[in-house]
Amino acid sequence: MTTTELAAGFADKVLGAQSTFRAVMEAMARPGRIQRITFEAGTPAPLMHASAALALTLFDHDTPIWLDAAIAADGTAARWLKFHTGAPLTDDPSTAAFALIGDGSALLPLERFALGTPEYPDRSTTLIIQVQALGSGASYRLHGPGIDGEALLQASLQPADLFDRLSFNAALFPRGLDVVLVSGDQVVAIPRTTRLSQGS
Amino acid sequence: MTEATYNFAYLDEQTKRMIRRAILKAIAIPGYQVPFASREMPMPYGWGTGGVQVTASILGPDDTLKVIDQGSDDTTNAISIRKFFAKTAGVATTTSTPDASVIQTRHRIPETPLHEGQVLVYQVPIPEPLRYLEPRETETRRMHALAEYGLMHVKLYEDIAKFGHIATAYAYPVKVAGRYVMDPSPTPKFDNPKMDNCPALQLFGAGREKRIYAIPPYTQVVSLDFEDHPFTRYRQDGCCALCGADDSYLDEIVTDNAGTRMFVCSDTDYCEGRRAEGHTGSETTPMESAHA
Repeated sequence: MTTTELAAGFADKVLGAQSTFRAVMEAMARPGRIQRITFEAGTPAPLMHASAALALTLFDHDTPIWLDAAIAADGTAARWLKFHTGAPLTDDPSTAAFALIGDGSALLPLERFALGTPEYPDRSTTLIIQVQALGSGASYRLHGPGIDGEALLQASLQPADLFDRLSFNAALFPRGLDVVLVSGDQVVAIPRTTRLSQGS
Repeated sequence: MTEATYNFAYLDEQTKRMIRRAILKAIAIPGYQVPFASREMPMPYGWGTGGVQVTASILGPDDTLKVIDQGSDDTTNAISIRKFFAKTAGVATTTSTPDASVIQTRHRIPETPLHEGQVLVYQVPIPEPLRYLEPRETETRRMHALAEYGLMHVKLYEDIAKFGHIATAYAYPVKVAGRYVMDPSPTPKFDNPKMDNCPALQLFGAGREKRIYAIPPYTQVVSLDFEDHPFTRYRQDGCCALCGADDSYLDEIVTDNAGTRMFVCSDTDYCEGRRAEGHTGSETTPMESAHA
């Protein structure tokens, strides 16, 4: 094995995690609204800045992580995650606390991830999906808790039918999947309560 | 001897990560109680250990913190928690509701309407609204899973059968986003309507019972009731003796051994704000002479 240089973590662990968490908490509380994660952090390809910051903020030895083929590809991201977060990698998406998706077009059927149980709906996978662009592209009109009336999200994302696939959350509730979309330093959360408005 | 130093906001980073993950799931499932590994805090259970852990996990150096206990900024509990975070996190503190970005509360919601960007953190003693009706955690968990809340309506009905009205005056159960029945913590039911469609994020922490739950902004919160016995707010029939407010929640203060009493606003910041604007009540002394 050759020695390779790992990218750094947060410039400041404590404040980096705090500011990143506040951004993703705001995102989860106000679905469809774009938040920015700007705190300086090392970003190993193919992770985007916000995905790396979220990993440093939320992953640890208690959270099994599942990586899709695009993220796992050359092992750089996996080594970085292992070193900086200590989170165990899993091959079984149904046991993952978080899943990092680099290529949405190859997204697994969503039923393969952990959906929680009726008694413990919180024991479900949070999907972090890297997308092409947030703030431009196709328009999605969203409603649900956290949204005052309706929110308009513009996103250029794969899979194109992501919101149709996520509509299974309505029937599953309170079980379900929570999604964080990432593009560069931008994040948008789509918790399991968010629905696509009719006619959009 | 050098003074002991703590990590920013007291908690270690692994604990914060665990609590932060619980907060995200709590927001995603409004009203559902997420179990978390509550830590021992340097204060006894019942003094807000749950709220303090939630506040410690969200607080940043740019925040301005307000802490209230029964509406008051200047009781022991409120002051000690405010000083705790001023010392361990170095954050700015305030007593002004509009100026605060994070407000930790014990048993009241401020009278001044909250705005977007604020987070209200509740200290919760018993998070399970069904606990006094069903002591087994396995059963209450199953009842939540099945949305089987008939027992709660029976309890409210028994109030009506015994007293002629719903006698529950605080910790009045609510249904969040049409699904989970939730305990709003022992706030007076006067405050229940403020939770509905609130622009601020509301987080609840129960330290001893190890639960975190949340109401996202702009979420429907309905107080349980019956068609023929609709939910009503309750406040003492009177005006604040200091600021004359007739719309705020009032505390009754006994002022001598003869049983003389007066009503004053429970929310001290609201009351002081009104007095600064020149509102007066029956017991008002001009503020200048009060300081003389």
